Amino acid sequence: MIRFEQVSVTYGDAAAPAVQGVDLTVPEGELCLLVGPSGVGKSTVLNAVCGLVPHFTGGTLRGRVTVDGRDTRTHKPRELADVVGTVGQDPLAHFVTDTVEDELAYGMESLGLAPDVMRRRVEETLDLLGLAELRDRALTTLSGGQRQRVAIGSVLTTHPKVLVLDEPTSALDPAAAEEVLSVLQRLVHDLGTTVLLAEHRLERVIQYADQVILLPAPGAPPVMGAPSDVMAVSPVHPPVVGLGKLAGWSPLPLSVRDARRKAAPLRARLETVTPPRPVDAARTAEAAAVAEVTGLGVRRGRIEALHRVDLSVRRGETVALMGRNGAGKSTLLSTLVGMHQPSSGAVRVGGVVPHRTGPRELLRQVGLVPQEPRDLLYADTVAAECAAADRDAAAPAGSCRALVARLLPGVPDSVHPRDLSEGQRLALALAVVLTARPPLLLLDEPTRGLDYAAKARLVEVLRGLAAEGHAIVLATHDVELAAELAHRVVILADGEVVADGPTDEVVVSSPSFAPQVAKVLAPLPWLTVPQVAGALEGAV
Amino acid sequence: MSAPQATRTTALHAGAWWLWALGLATAASRTTNPLLLGLLVGVAGYVVAVRRTDAPWARSYGAFVKLGLLVIGIRLVFAFVLGSPIPGSHTLVTLPEVPLPDWAEGVRIGGRVTAEGMLFALYDGLKLAALLICVGAANALANPSRLLKSLPGALYEAGVAVVVAMTFAPNLVADVQRLRAARRLRGRPDRGFKALLQVGLPVLEGALERSVALAAAMDARGYGRSARVPRAVRHTTSALTLGGLLGVCAGTYGLLGDTGAGYGLPLLLAGLAAALAGLWLGGRRSVRTRYRPERWGPRACLVAGSGIAVAALTIWAGGYAPAALHPPAFPLTAPVLPLWPAASLLVGLLPAVVAPAPAPAGATAPAADPATTRATRTAKTAQKEPSQ
Repeated sequence: MIRFEQVSVTYGDAAAPAVQGVDLTVPEGELCLLVGPSGVGKSTVLNAVCGLVPHFTGGTLRGRVTVDGRDTRTHKPRELADVVGTVGQDPLAHFVTDTVEDELAYGMESLGLAPDVMRRRVEETLDLLGLAELRDRALTTLSGGQRQRVAIGSVLTTHPKVLVLDEPTSALDPAAAEEVLSVLQRLVHDLGTTVLLAEHRLERVIQYADQVILLPAPGAPPVMGAPSDVMAVSPVHPPVVGLGKLAGWSPLPLSVRDARRKAAPLRARLETVTPPRPVDAARTAEAAAVAEVTGLGVRRGRIEALHRVDLSVRRGETVALMGRNGAGKSTLLSTLVGMHQPSSGAVRVGGVVPHRTGPRELLRQVGLVPQEPRDLLYADTVAAECAAADRDAAAPAGSCRALVARLLPGVPDSVHPRDLSEGQRLALALAVVLTARPPLLLLDEPTRGLDYAAKARLVEVLRGLAAEGHAIVLATHDVELAAELAHRVVILADGEVVADGPTDEVVVSSPSFAPQVAKVLAPLPWLTVPQVAGALEGAV
Repeated sequence: MSAPQATRTTALHAGAWWLWALGLATAASRTTNPLLLGLLVGVAGYVVAVRRTDAPWARSYGAFVKLGLLVIGIRLVFAFVLGSPIPGSHTLVTLPEVPLPDWAEGVRIGGRVTAEGMLFALYDGLKLAALLICVGAANALANPSRLLKSLPGALYEAGVAVVVAMTFAPNLVADVQRLRAARRLRGRPDRGFKALLQVGLPVLEGALERSVALAAAMDARGYGRSARVPRAVRHTTSALTLGGLLGVCAGTYGLLGDTGAGYGLPLLLAGLAAALAGLWLGGRRSVRTRYRPERWGPRACLVAGSGIAVAALTIWAGGYAPAALHPPAFPLTAPVLPLWPAASLLVGLLPAVVAPAPAPAGATAPAADPATTRATRTAKTAQKEPSQ
């Protein structure tokens, strides 16, 4: 269905091709997963399928890409619109109209389908994706998972043979991600659609894939094969595969179910070992509270975003805030930096009331890295950004640059922050925030768009900071990250705290927030692969 | 006849709402009587209140009302500072007059401020505000993108570009808010004009990136696909459109000038016909079809008709009661409400009865306190009620 013949793509002024030597065929009706570290050209490959590369992005494409027999060289993206449906990373940027029903019809209108056909297909698609309830809703009022489903629906109505998705579940909570993936699964199985998707969160998608295409390094030719074969050589892999490698299982398990079947001996071995507690509990219990939230209520517009929230964060403690999209995680974080005024209850951070404290003073108490780290960066070089951060924090010149050198070794001064990768930008924003040495550090959804390597580096950095006595609160959908980092997990639902306790107690019992290792080794309270690895080494 | 609930099928044609609002606006432009203008604003406001949905564009009404008040304010300030052409005997205050050089004769800054002058400015400002509020009413009641669906095929793509551009503004405002909040995280003040200036560049960058992403998405979804049309047809289209527009220009010039009254009208009409034919022919290049276009039914006729009737009756009233429609500011008199022109404005209330009613939201809200009821209602609407 999709054929790449010796394809290489070079963008305008780049010295080396973004991808080269791509030679592969994706057969009809397969769910094909594109994996690889950040910056290896996954998006380039995806956009080459729908013709946006090179027609829209510019650059030179050598070789041949054909989709359903149509050469993308001679067909512009708009002329491929009836065979390829493309959904980008941000569904909001994809929407042309303003309501769900119009959005579903838009592509068909462009193709000039007859009105009765359009009507029928819109109704079918509404049912297929479970959107019937939302048909008249404005797109801006939808939740993340709903938006992603509408975006998929909007390209499905033209009955494309190929569906191309770029990180469809990265911004979603675990439940919404399941929702989207089950839709994709259904399309592949019931309608025979060919799906090509790129995703960083392999633990969510790998078990659904029929084939995996691995782009191992920038400019390296891709490796294609059955998921378990490719995972054996892949630099990026989900925890369940990591556990399988550790325990020497073959073939490698891809889903929790596969792994559990093989895990009985491992469970028996680990039964006698107590997992190392990630935190010295006595120390945190005595440590001074950095932030104290009591009976907090926050209204945003007419909606009560937070209701009677109690939370206290101590020095050296890492707390993960979890919950659905829209559960109030971000609101809680912004209230801690004084962006929202509480409608009831009290917030104190390091002895000050955030919303009554000037930004300059507050900076010394609490720092927040927002969901889009770019919002924090204004300057046009890394050096200028660091100098500005020193000035803002009244820190001695060079302190921010020293932090950047620690968090992000090898980044030249003259780079524009926009040209950094997602993970580097996060590290830069983190350094900027840390320049004022706030005792409380807040991170909103830090792993969005990060690959496993960048995530591992982030975990390292945050562990170090916690050991130095920073209190860290992170709002995240990433259960693996929470399992690795957090001493405590707080789960929010509809603006209320529904669970608050040590990570192993809270997540092991929860079906949606448990990391893969916990699911495989339940009822034993193991959370991460490094934990297990450490225990096995100790036992030997 | 009781109005049905507004659904996609029964929704009133957007053009009907615009005709109604333009009718009211025409009426507003024909009078300076503050009582009549107030009545007109009341009529428009009432219809908006009972027939507005929860859609995002419906919230624009408040912004237009505020804009109207601002216009009145500016008009009053100008009259206060720059004086007024209306003679007056009731001096309110006397400002120090700024001496101006000879070439600025006729311009005055400061000086006597009379009650008559201020009153005249108020009437004038009210008229403008009423016009704005009528436009705001149309904006709140009719979905702007549905209106575009009624455009001829040849103009559709330009229309989509306009709609996309219109969503640019709210997105820009959201970006500015987000980035100003982010400034706080850098320990810089998040209020004030300087803060706004400094986020300018990142906001524009973000907007540009979003536009590029949207353009890519639209391209990939088939925007701009065109059918092959014979060369002859293409050339005829260009000739007709260009010739038609030239004809329209020349015809209008003739009509407005003193000498060309004879050839003006026929030329204008011929030009219009040619331009329309060009548009129709140009539409053949576009392969688009329309999904569930709004139909022009009897209710749409009634709504549009009521607006046109208001306009016609007020223009007629200008003939039989000119004094009542334009109460003099000098000498100072209290304006009176003329019976028949007022009654004719009330015809504009017809849509409040015949137009499809928006879905009742939060029918089950138990709270008695109106504020809470409203809050629950919005919360509910945001969650599950279909908002048309």
